[in-house]
Amino acid sequence: MKSFIHSARSLITPTYEWIPTPSQPSSAPFNDDHASQFHGKLLIREEIPLDDPTFRSYLINQLFTAIPSIEKHLWGHRCRRCGTRAKRHFAPIPCARCDETHVYCRNCIEMGRVLACEPLYYWTGPSPNWSQQDHACHWDGNLTTYQQHASDQIVKSMTTPKAELLCWAVCGAGKTEMVFAGIAALLEQGKRVCLATPRADVVRELVPRFRTAFPHTSIQGLYGGSEQKDTPGQFVIATTHQLLRFAHAFDGMIIDEIDAFPFHHDPSLLFAANRAVKPTAARIYLTATPRKQHRKRVRAGKLATVFVPVRFHGHPLPVPILQLCWQLKKDLAKHQPPKAFFTWYKQRSHPDRQLLIFVPTIELAEKLTRTLQKYFASSGQTIKSVHAADHDRAEKVQQFRNKAYNVLVTTTILERGVTFPSVDVVILDAGHHVFDEAALVQIAGRAGRSPKDPTGEVVFFHDGKTEAIVKAVKSIEAMNKRGRRL
Amino acid sequence: MHCLSCDQEIIVEVNWNTLFKPAPEPKLCPSCEAKLERIAGKQCKRCSRLTDQTVCPDCQKWEHHPTLAGALAFNQSVYTYNDFLKEIIAKWKYRGDYVLREAFADAFRDQFNITFKQIKKDAVLVPIPLSDRRLQERSFNQAEALAQVLDTPYQQALTRIHSEKQSKKTRHDRLASANPFQVKTPLNKPVILVDDIYTTGVTLRHAANVLRESGCPKVYAYTLARG
Ligand SMILES: [Zn+2]
Ligand SMILES: [Zn+2]
Ligand SMILES: [Zn+2]
Repeated sequence: MKSFIHSARSLITPTYEWIPTPSQPSSAPFNDDHASQFHGKLLIREEIPLDDPTFRSYLINQLFTAIPSIEKHLWGHRCRRCGTRAKRHFAPIPCARCDETHVYCRNCIEMGRVLACEPLYYWTGPSPNWSQQDHACHWDGNLTTYQQHASDQIVKSMTTPKAELLCWAVCGAGKTEMVFAGIAALLEQGKRVCLATPRADVVRELVPRFRTAFPHTSIQGLYGGSEQKDTPGQFVIATTHQLLRFAHAFDGMIIDEIDAFPFHHDPSLLFAANRAVKPTAARIYLTATPRKQHRKRVRAGKLATVFVPVRFHGHPLPVPILQLCWQLKKDLAKHQPPKAFFTWYKQRSHPDRQLLIFVPTIELAEKLTRTLQKYFASSGQTIKSVHAADHDRAEKVQQFRNKAYNVLVTTTILERGVTFPSVDVVILDAGHHVFDEAALVQIAGRAGRSPKDPTGEVVFFHDGKTEAIVKAVKSIEAMNKRGRRL
Repeated sequence: MHCLSCDQEIIVEVNWNTLFKPAPEPKLCPSCEAKLERIAGKQCKRCSRLTDQTVCPDCQKWEHHPTLAGALAFNQSVYTYNDFLKEIIAKWKYRGDYVLREAFADAFRDQFNITFKQIKKDAVLVPIPLSDRRLQERSFNQAEALAQVLDTPYQQALTRIHSEKQSKKTRHDRLASANPFQVKTPLNKPVILVDDIYTTGVTLRHAANVLRESGCPKVYAYTLARG
């Protein structure tokens, strides 16, 4: 009966009580580096680069503890690495390793297969001695009043056990600098911190910035395909997917763009983020466009919030201009922008700005680029397209940033994370369902990012206002109003 | 039902026919299914490659091979080894996503019953084995998994010595490499070898050769993909 209740409860909320607590100092011989390399990680054997004799001796001496990898319940299974309990994620396999037929997890198989007959391994040896620096952060820039206020709140939360704080900061608020002090506060106590972000591009961009700001801290950048998975980090900057390899590892967790795909769509990432932190850890959520569930908690006073309504350069957010085009769908079917686009283009106030054009689909991005190539050729403007299936994506984005060409046509993949100093922004078919409120606010937020050119035109071409369009404009105006009031 | 490859939900149309006699559950969504290319029409009668020639140049070369000429009667493949199938097979055998076999099980069974309709009556299937080390790594043998979907008995008649990964070798390396197979159980009936991919044909010919040397009268090959 007890196990039935337990099983029923675990159907609703995953439990983490199976994660062992690291033991007290052990007399067994081990390599010191392994403590920092494996501490807080939940790994399959293939992910542990130790030879069999070493690994076996670590197991015998309880430096590693084996944990059953897949929970079996009356209602089905749950994978302890990714947390899924969807029936279709568990398939039977006649296994040659154990000569039995059992399940494996299909949901997290890209990170190496979890077989029911093979445990996950967790480091239960002595905890690593992370450094305790007097001053971890060597950044000497200045924060704006708003940034400073947020930074102070973040420090306070980071150093309070179990604290949660939503930092609601507009696109271009300068959030990286706002979290420096909070991270430093924990590192200085010899604690371990993680900054998780949904996108690998962002990890790649942040790692060097943090290495400069925290020159004496071991910093590890983790994303699919990153090479230094084994160099340990007191401070880990990781894609949310990489959190699937951690359990009770961090004293503080900052989740960047908590509203963004894939965090928002993939429940296993939330499972992983909750498991990756210690039960006492503090959590900071950064977002420019909170989802309903967080807004509800904010309104109900259940989630502490700090607002940063003004960009770091002090200028308000550009408010999108809505341009109705009746013929829009017809034009786009012919891979043509609407007439109104050309009218606007010829009259825009800063023709020297680069232009970012967002469209709803990859196909349209490619075809429209071909049409516009002809149009722009006469004026010497150069144009390229970038989308998710594009192998040269990173390179093309960098070229655009270097102003190697003038016009970039893209899909929602560039809606966030990337900044260009001086652009006008256009959406063709802003009423399309891929452009939800958050996407529209993020896209509008690409304009006016640089103090040298703090404004920019944002035009939404549509053939009928959607709720998302109306809400996005309202939310931008509300932030600007809040900024003026402060 | 979700697509085994892309995880999209598959919407099964219900009409009067399917209501009373449900069609088999689709394993792939229509858009993934469409990316699989069944081999049909003119092909090399020895190796199943799509060509207008009766026997393709590669197979003509095989006829002059000093030791492996004539080892294999012919090979039949089911699909062209295109980018999509490459991706699925890689996920299936290297990632070890065993259940992906179901994506091609029906087609694999159907084509077998057409091509080997007469031959299968007194033949035995022999899946190409993995080395013990590789089998432990993958925890299943993809060739055996394929043989299991056919309604003809199979026998693990061969063993394989561990060597470097086939996929890391060049064509030249593969053709020149030593025969990794040994016969565990000699068979004096026709054999249909089963494997996932026919690429150069050297692996299958090596297997065929040792079987024939131990008394097997004729060896055929049946593979999922023609690389
Ligand atoms: Zn899993
Ligand atoms: Zn097993
Ligand atoms: Zn041929």
